Amino acid sequence: MQKPIANVFTWPADDPQLLGGKCDRCGTVTFPVQARCPRCGSQGMAELPLPRRGTLVSWTTQGFPPTVDYRGDPTGESFEPYGVGLVQLDDVVRVESRLTESDPEKLDFGMEVELRIVPFYVDNDGNEIVTFAFAPVGAQNSEER
Amino acid sequence: MDDVAIIGVGLHPFGRHGDKSPYEMAADAVELALTDAGVTWNDVQCAFGGSWGVWTDPLTGLVGLTGLPFIHVFSACATGAATIQQAANAIRAGDGDIVVAVGTDKHARGSFKGDPTTTNVPVWYRENGQYVTTKFFGMKINKYMHDHGITPATLAKVAAKNYRNGALNPKAFRRKPITEEEILSSQMLNYPLTSYMFCAPDEGAAAVVLCRADMAHRFTDTPVYVKATAIRTRNYGSYEVNTTWAPVEEDVAPTVHASRAAYEDAGIGPEDVDVIQVQDTDAGAEVIHMAENGFCADGDQEKLLADGATEITGPMPVNTDGGLIANGEPIGASGLRQVHELVLQLRGQAGDRQVQGDPRVGYAQVYGAPGTAAVTILAR
Repeated sequence: MQKPIANVFTWPADDPQLLGGKCDRCGTVTFPVQARCPRCGSQGMAELPLPRRGTLVSWTTQGFPPTVDYRGDPTGESFEPYGVGLVQLDDVVRVESRLTESDPEKLDFGMEVELRIVPFYVDNDGNEIVTFAFAPVGAQNSEER
Repeated sequence: MDDVAIIGVGLHPFGRHGDKSPYEMAADAVELALTDAGVTWNDVQCAFGGSWGVWTDPLTGLVGLTGLPFIHVFSACATGAATIQQAANAIRAGDGDIVVAVGTDKHARGSFKGDPTTTNVPVWYRENGQYVTTKFFGMKINKYMHDHGITPATLAKVAAKNYRNGALNPKAFRRKPITEEEILSSQMLNYPLTSYMFCAPDEGAAAVVLCRADMAHRFTDTPVYVKATAIRTRNYGSYEVNTTWAPVEEDVAPTVHASRAAYEDAGIGPEDVDVIQVQDTDAGAEVIHMAENGFCADGDQEKLLADGATEITGPMPVNTDGGLIANGEPIGASGLRQVHELVLQLRGQAGDRQVQGDPRVGYAQVYGAPGTAAVTILAR
């Protein structure tokens, strides 16, 4: 069966959203939700579904397999570079995320991106683990859900 | 402030050292520093040790079980600067007249392999392929280049300079010059940063002997004073290494805050600095840190590098011993290597890489996860 990498987005869902946290005292928003507010220390952080679209603040590519407990398929010799970016979701919060696009020619500062939930790896029990990534708006991606 | 002086420095070469333990390397560095200062371990009244890989106080089993207070310090890549700050403050607090700061590490080859639970990031961040410090540096310089008109050629010039400087440094890890073409055409690790633009985790140790400034002339004719030490962590609004999110409203990087505080404490400005050491985890970091530490405006690096301004022979020499790019980064020792280099430069003992013109003021900056920066200002 299909399972999310972690409980950080709504799934299954037709229009999945990342799950942030909002401080009930000062309104600070984090991703994901955390035990205390990073600004005022309040323990009142309530779950907040985040906007699905945003803009690419910055980006890079990951050109080598991460060394510790990386779960993505494929790794080793057949590893394929992936994009990573900082995405601003409206004026709510910025999140660091994988990108579906890893070609520097096809990535640009300020470009519009939207959330996708994509296949990531198959675990030892045969479950298909899915993760979140942002895709350029309008981009076709064979792996998209 | 002129209340603390450095009277001895010692460096175990950085690189790969087979079976030699981090304690054995540290003991060599301490012995060199003590000899340089003309004191013995029995004279040392307090010590601060920094390392990621080992607890440092077992070092006393190699250099002397004198019972002194020996405190272990860790602030990631800023560890070396933290040991210097703690040592200086211990002297000011009256904990000792002669105090040692020492750092050592022995890292495996390849990128750092940290456990995210020790840095308060979720496990999925690691599984998802985001727990990679180098990709943060790629993102930071990529945006910086876009915003301020820096080209990949400038990144290559920074790395080539540091390899050239390393070739002049008998204790450096990388001692072979590498051309800008080779740097640009090496493997793309994190766009726009290529393999030869990055430093590598390696092995080494460094030690510094500090004393009350009014005693310094008993030990040396060339004391170097600790004018300022400043350490800063993240402010709300900064986006730094190993974070899942950032606020929309931006603050400047921790280095900017540490730098401003250090200049204020030292009562000097960037125009007064003669020799500069900055954290060059990658060539882009050196470019950005030149501006974050006040040595130039954002974007001026393109022309400064083209003009050779940061060469040993230039008006603002940066990373004269080859920096992290040529020395690698044993985390606990890295900040103390910077101090070692500045002290040699200010004494006029830096050999083939000596900055001319009788340098009087040295500046060192380190930066690392999860967004901790430190600045140390030294002066004759």
